[in-house]
Amino acid sequence: MWIKKRHPWDLPESEVTDHKTYLNRRKFIEGAIGVAALSVMPFGKINAARGEDFDGLSSSEFSTDERLTSFESITTYNNFYEFGTDKSAPSALAADFPDPAKPWQITVDGECDNPGVFDYQEFIQPYTLEERIYRLRCVEGWSMVIPWVGFQLSEVLKKAQPNSRAKFVEFTTLYDPEQMPGQRRRVLQWPYKEGLRIDEAMHPLTILAVGLYGKMMPGQNGAPIRLVVPWKYGFKSIKSIVRIRFTEKMPLTAWVESAPHEYGFYSNVNPEVNHPRWSQRRERRIGELLKRETLMFNGYGDHVAEMYSGMDLRKYF
Amino acid sequence: MRLEYSKPLVFSLALLPFCWLVYGLLTDQLGANPIETLTRETGLWALRFLLITLCISPLCWLTGMNHWLRFRRMLGLFAFFYACLHMLLYLGLDQFFDVAEIIRDIKERPFITVGFINFLLLLPLALTSSNAMIKRLGGRRWRQLHRLSYLAAATACLHFLMLVKADTRQPIIYIALLAVLLVWRLIHHRRRQSASAS
Repeated sequence: MWIKKRHPWDLPESEVTDHKTYLNRRKFIEGAIGVAALSVMPFGKINAARGEDFDGLSSSEFSTDERLTSFESITTYNNFYEFGTDKSAPSALAADFPDPAKPWQITVDGECDNPGVFDYQEFIQPYTLEERIYRLRCVEGWSMVIPWVGFQLSEVLKKAQPNSRAKFVEFTTLYDPEQMPGQRRRVLQWPYKEGLRIDEAMHPLTILAVGLYGKMMPGQNGAPIRLVVPWKYGFKSIKSIVRIRFTEKMPLTAWVESAPHEYGFYSNVNPEVNHPRWSQRRERRIGELLKRETLMFNGYGDHVAEMYSGMDLRKYF
Repeated sequence: MRLEYSKPLVFSLALLPFCWLVYGLLTDQLGANPIETLTRETGLWALRFLLITLCISPLCWLTGMNHWLRFRRMLGLFAFFYACLHMLLYLGLDQFFDVAEIIRDIKERPFITVGFINFLLLLPLALTSSNAMIKRLGGRRWRQLHRLSYLAAATACLHFLMLVKADTRQPIIYIALLAVLLVWRLIHHRRRQSASAS
């Protein structure tokens, strides 16, 4: 095995300017001029500059061609209890989240041979971003169509080299009551945790998203990086991730811990298994008056049903 | 203020939430899911008016004035009005008047069962609210029947509590208010009994 010895004078990999950035220096200079110009403009405009666009995103065969839910709806109708339990609270309170003064770090650890702690930029830099237009079905009976920007989670997991004991992947949201006022009350056990079975986590539909509508991820949608698992109820798609951990045992997830008879670990979209509060047979697509039938696995059955063959989905809801 | 204007004034005030919802709907200010907002708000206003109606008697005892009684029927009927809107929104825009689906829903989802029972409790109260009905039933029987309003307020609170996912603050506030109103009655009646006994 080749072990690279690091010398103190070695430049860490993260500090090396990659070729693309090097070639983009002209663009950077233009950008700097833009930022300088913006800094003399009224305050609101500077914030708008934070939502810089991703360009040249590749499209995906997994994208749906259904009508997109409006940016306005996607960014004002949110369940993100870290910012309050009202649907409008996250957009009101998370506009500047995360605080740029607090660098975002992501830990990858647990049952793997190549763990690490990464700065946000360093973490996403190896991956090619693409647009994935997915249906999102909330356990509360509403749905959206969202154009995410992200990359497959499988790429991150492969790099971490999970060992033979890695059966599950656990995800953790940031815990910072200063930035996330909803965490000051114990509505759920903070920090929020979610989990996937390793095959679900490795599935090509499962992505880590860093933006939507070609823009940086808004705070209320789980900035700077979140999970998106389109065949499961929305709460599985954990927001604002700081830790990805391989585990041997099934992780205890936030909603299962809060109400185990109402929420299961799998939480696959299933019109046949009702939640005690919400019938799951139909859903209201945000922006539409009439309800539509909910599809098994949120319409992704062709891709994912195989993973659950032989399982009683009433028992493993 | 002259007394004859007080009823139209209270009537207008009680209609304000309805006007606000209609205005919000027409100007697209009810958020991304306006049907959910309408359903939630009409339900909340039904519960609020139930509790306001239950405030009338304590208000009379507190102030030693019985004028307040003149508003009680109207406020109770406003509770029923908002409950009807709430029910209609559920039947029409949630279930699209699909009877089989509605029956299934009432059976399967406990909070819908409670909400439905709540509506059934309000129905006889609204139907017997006219002077003619009071006469027909006789004051004593009418009063007995209208004690159902306590049960209706309790089931309305329960319906609200069961609907909430994790944050129970709001329903607990309403439950606490109802508890105060009911305990007040209990104490008041005890006192009156002991006063008449001595």
